[in-house]
Formats: sequence, C-alpha cells, structure tokens
Amino acid sequence: MSGLVKEESPTTGEYEISNYTINFGPQHPAAHGVLRMVMELDGEIIERIDPHVGLLHRGTEKLIEYKTYLQALPYFDRLDYCSPLAQEYSYVLAIEKLLNVEVPERAQYLRVLFAELTRICNHMLNIGAHVMDVGAMTPNLWVFELREDCLNFFERASGARMHSAWFRPGGVHQDVPLKLLTDIGDWVDNRLPKLFGDAMSLVQDNRIFKQRNVDIAVVSKEDAIKWGFSGPMIRAAGIPWDLRKSQPYDVYDRMDFEIPVGTNSDCYDRFMVRCEEVYQSARIIKQCLAEMPEGPIASDNKKVSPPKRGEMKQSMEALIHHFKLYTEGFHVPAGEVYVATESPKGEFGVYLVADGTNKPYRCKIRPTAFSHLQAMDFMSKGHMLPDATAILGAIDVVFGECDR
Amino acid sequence: MAVLHSAPKFASNDGVMDALTKALGKMVVECVEAHGEIIITVKRDSIEDALRLLRDEYAYQQLVEIAGVDYPDRAERFEVVYMLLSLTKNHRVMVKVSTDEETPVPTVTTLWPVAGWLEREVFDLYGVTFEGNTDLRRILTDYGFEGHPFRKDFPLTGYTELRYSEEEKRVVYEPVELAQDFRSFDFTSPWEGADYVLPGDEKADVPPVDKPKVTESPKDTGAGKKTEEKSEEGTKADPPAMKDKEDDK
Repeated sequence: MSGLVKEESPTTGEYEISNYTINFGPQHPAAHGVLRMVMELDGEIIERIDPHVGLLHRGTEKLIEYKTYLQALPYFDRLDYCSPLAQEYSYVLAIEKLLNVEVPERAQYLRVLFAELTRICNHMLNIGAHVMDVGAMTPNLWVFELREDCLNFFERASGARMHSAWFRPGGVHQDVPLKLLTDIGDWVDNRLPKLFGDAMSLVQDNRIFKQRNVDIAVVSKEDAIKWGFSGPMIRAAGIPWDLRKSQPYDVYDRMDFEIPVGTNSDCYDRFMVRCEEVYQSARIIKQCLAEMPEGPIASDNKKVSPPKRGEMKQSMEALIHHFKLYTEGFHVPAGEVYVATESPKGEFGVYLVADGTNKPYRCKIRPTAFSHLQAMDFMSKGHMLPDATAILGAIDVVFGECDR
Repeated sequence: MAVLHSAPKFASNDGVMDALTKALGKMVVECVEAHGEIIITVKRDSIEDALRLLRDEYAYQQLVEIAGVDYPDRAERFEVVYMLLSLTKNHRVMVKVSTDEETPVPTVTTLWPVAGWLEREVFDLYGVTFEGNTDLRRILTDYGFEGHPFRKDFPLTGYTELRYSEEEKRVVYEPVELAQDFRSFDFTSPWEGADYVLPGDEKADVPPVDKPKVTESPKDTGAGKKTEEKSEEGTKADPPAMKDKEDDK
C-alpha cells in the first residue's frame, strides 16, 4: 500500500451542514396552479414535502347548498377546469340516481362521447405540461393544437369553449348538429392520430425524457391502494381498475375498449398510461358515433327537463313547467348517494345529501387530486429537487378541483 | 322500484347488508339501504374497529372519501361519513358516525394514510376533531382563518373579506360589507308546504280578549246624545268643491 495516499472525502471543516427549507410555489410555473410546497432539502435531495393546498378554495360546496340543483351545475365546470364535462357527469348522475329518471339513449351516447372528448382534451393538457415540466417545448405546442380542436367541438355543442354546462339531469342541454358529429369523426380518424403520434414520437423514446421519468416516484400496488389512488395513478401501479369498466354508467358497458396498465409504477408509466388512454378514448368516440341512435336528448319527465321552446308557444302546461323549473327548480326526494365516475384524473365522486327540497342539503365533492397530492411526500422522498416537477406533472393535478 | 337511471352500477347489494350487520354486531347503530346505497351507522368509539374489520375481513381495501355533514337540529349535530370501496368485490358502502362540537372521533389514519388530509378537511370545515390524528391542521381555509365555514350557522358570505391596500402595500383583512344583502329567493310553492307569514297573519294567533267588542245595545255603538251634539257643531272646513260634469266642457 506504500505510495498510495488514501483520498479523504471533502469536508466542510468546522462548519455544520444542516438541511434547509424552501418554498416551492405558490407562484411557480411547474406548480400547476397555486400549490405551495414547503420542502426540506438535504443538498438537492428532498427529505420531506409538506404541500399546502387551499389557496384556491372558493367554498364551492357551501355555495351549492344555496343554489337549486340546476343552478349548482356550472360550479362543476369550474372545479377541474381542464376537464369540465367529466365533473358535471358525476353530479348529473348523482341527481339522476336520487330521482331515478331514465335518460334517453341518444343522450347517454352523447354524454359518453363528450366525456371521452373531455378525456382527450384533459390528457392533451397534462401530457404537454408534463413534457414541458421536464424540459421539452415542442410537443406541448403540438398537442395544444389538438386541445384547441376539442375546445372548438365543445363550443359547437354547448356554446362555450371551456365551461360548457352542457350535461343536465336527465340528458344533455341541446342536441348536436350532424355536421359536428361527422367533424369529430374526421378528426378522430385523421388529425388526432397523426398529430398526437407525431408529438409522442418526439417524447416517448426520448433519452432525456426517460432519464427524467423512469424510476421516479415508484409506488407499490399496496401503497397505491392505501393512499387512495385512482385513475391513471392506480393503473400505472399495475392495477387494472377503471370505473368505466368495473362500474359502468350510461352506455359504457356497450363500449369495447382496453384499460392500459403500467408495469413499473413510475412517472414514465403514468405518462404512457395517459398516452394509451387517448387512443382508447378515440376508440370509444368512434363506437359512439357509429352506434348513436336518433331520438330525444333529454328525459321525458316534465318535472326534470324543460319543454321545447316551440311547445311553450302552444301549451299552457309547458309554459308552467318552464317557469317552475327555472324559478323553483325540481325537488329531489330525500336520501343520500355517493356517485363516482372515471374522470380523466381519476375517481371523481359526488356525495349528495338531499332533504326533499329544491336545493341540495350537502354536496361533498371528492377531488381526485387530494389523495394523490397527499402522497407527494412519500413519493418524493429521496429524489432530487427537479424530480418534484416531474412527479407533480405525472400526478396531473388541477387546483380548481383540489381546493374546491 | 325499478332502476331507471344509468348511474354507475357496482356489484349487487343482495345480502351484503345482513352479512355486514352480523359481522359488525354490537358496533352497529343503524343500517339502511336506500337509493341503491348501503349506509351503516356505527358507534363513534368503535369506528376504527369497524373499518378495520371491513377492510381486513370484507375486502373494502380503499377509503375513498370522508365527508362531514352538519344537522344543527340534532343533539349530535355532525355526521362523519366514510366511503369505502372494494376493488376486488367491486362494491361500495358508506359508514357513518355522529358527533358534536366537543367529542372527538377516533382517527383512522392508523388504517389508511390517506385519511390524514381527509380528516383535516372535516376538521377545518366543520370543527370535528379526530383523536389520534397527529397533524390536525387547517387545510383548505386561509392561514389564520377563524371558525368552521361549512357549518350551517356560518354565513355564506363569511365574516371577513380581504383586499390589497395601496397605502399599506399589503393585503388587509376587513369585516364584510355588502352593498346589498345576500338574496335568498324562496320559490317553494305555497301549495307544497311553504310556510309564509303574510301581513296580518300574526293576528290569527292572538289569544281571545276578555271583553269582545259588541254592538248589541245602542250605547255600544258610540251613538247617543254626546255624539249628536258633536255632529250638530259641524266642522269648520269647507266641503270639497263638487264639479258638475257639464263644467268640464
């Protein structure tokens, strides 16, 4: 051993290094809104994260208690503003469950069609943002083109690009023109696979993208269940759990689609699950377009859905129904239900307590992000600071919904 | 009742209620099945045991949500509702406990880590405390917020509002001042149980007086010598000028 000097590890001498705490957000472009995370760092290694949520708390659930059932509907668009129709879905289904009204077939197909379009729209935002969070710019711009197309479809159906307020208890608000359906068909056949495929070809096998995402925030199946994961987060952990398949609502039981699952349960898997879901949603949309029957788009229960404008000019009863619906609203029989649907981000549930009046007694909204964000601490432990943005991107969190 | 709606369909409820009530035994207070949902009310102190039993023996692996509800008329005004989901049996149940402002509910963070934030939320919005939850901070409301906003007796507008003050160069908190009261319209139909108090309705409830006013003898009417004399005097004011129709021409 003579002649060799053992290299000493660098020290800081008499200075003691202690962990330090930084604030991530609430004004940080990678925080996906107003998230404040108090991070305890050891160098660049995350020791502990304490997410502070609630900066966007608007008391939606309290406001809903003061509105009639119909007036409360637009609040749901404003929860997860990236996938508005998916939020309305849980709410209208909860009301329908309490009222036990039948929804005409065409309305069921339309709702499934637009829920899947919403899923694509949401994933376009999330995939783009996730990619941008880890450093790539171009794919985001490309997939935003597709998101723009989706928003145009929403506008043509409902009149509003984002806050559609188009679903109604008992059906949908208005029928769609045939041209819109054919345009959606063309878009799903041609533009979506081409543009999305192009954008993803830049990312999916990209070395840098993989370095940033593979093996980041690995979550075991047990942990995923314990922490209440749902949606792409639980599927990436290898659990084939999708409410559209296991607890089908509307006409999802007639749809033929696959549930993509991950194998490694890391951020890359979450990303890939979402990519595959886009193609599966496109499949569902095509089936909806092929199978959709002609017919009414709202329940024939006159106490729930409004009469046609033309009918009101002729029939006194229709006029009375219209007046009562838009002033008093409809009464929902007393009872409580919990209805959850598969929103693009996971299980979005509505716990609705009705007391027999025209206003909900309590409307608890189960956000998808709450459980995922809570797991941020244990998912990030031991990872580097820049990984936090990748983890956050892969969670797909929107604060309108998290904070309510 | 035939199921007409198209809300999510999970596995059948048949026999589940009986099996669960039997298994939970004395812990159960009430068990109902309505609108296709099974709701089990259990004793407050045994919530942790009940949920552990449901999780381990009956495969309700996921705690999906904890919701608080306020019923101010009840002796124990708050309800805490736990939504459970079984991934293997594809079934949902709701488990409930009730409590008041003071009595804490045993925490279930020991069973599911996800309960941490869910309990924090119920604490923040309703003021229900959870015994054993080590991190019971506020979660949704503002830093330094006072009160529990989702209680039914908390006003919708709240008590304070905040704005950016140009003079102080910071956000200041002030008592809420509304140009107009919050307008709550009551559209409930009067034929369907609406309880309106119309002007004059209060007289209906006044108890009968001892001496009812009657006009059975002339002196009850107020007529008589005194009144006659007064009418003889007349008034000093001129009677209003009467116009003939012909004058209009």
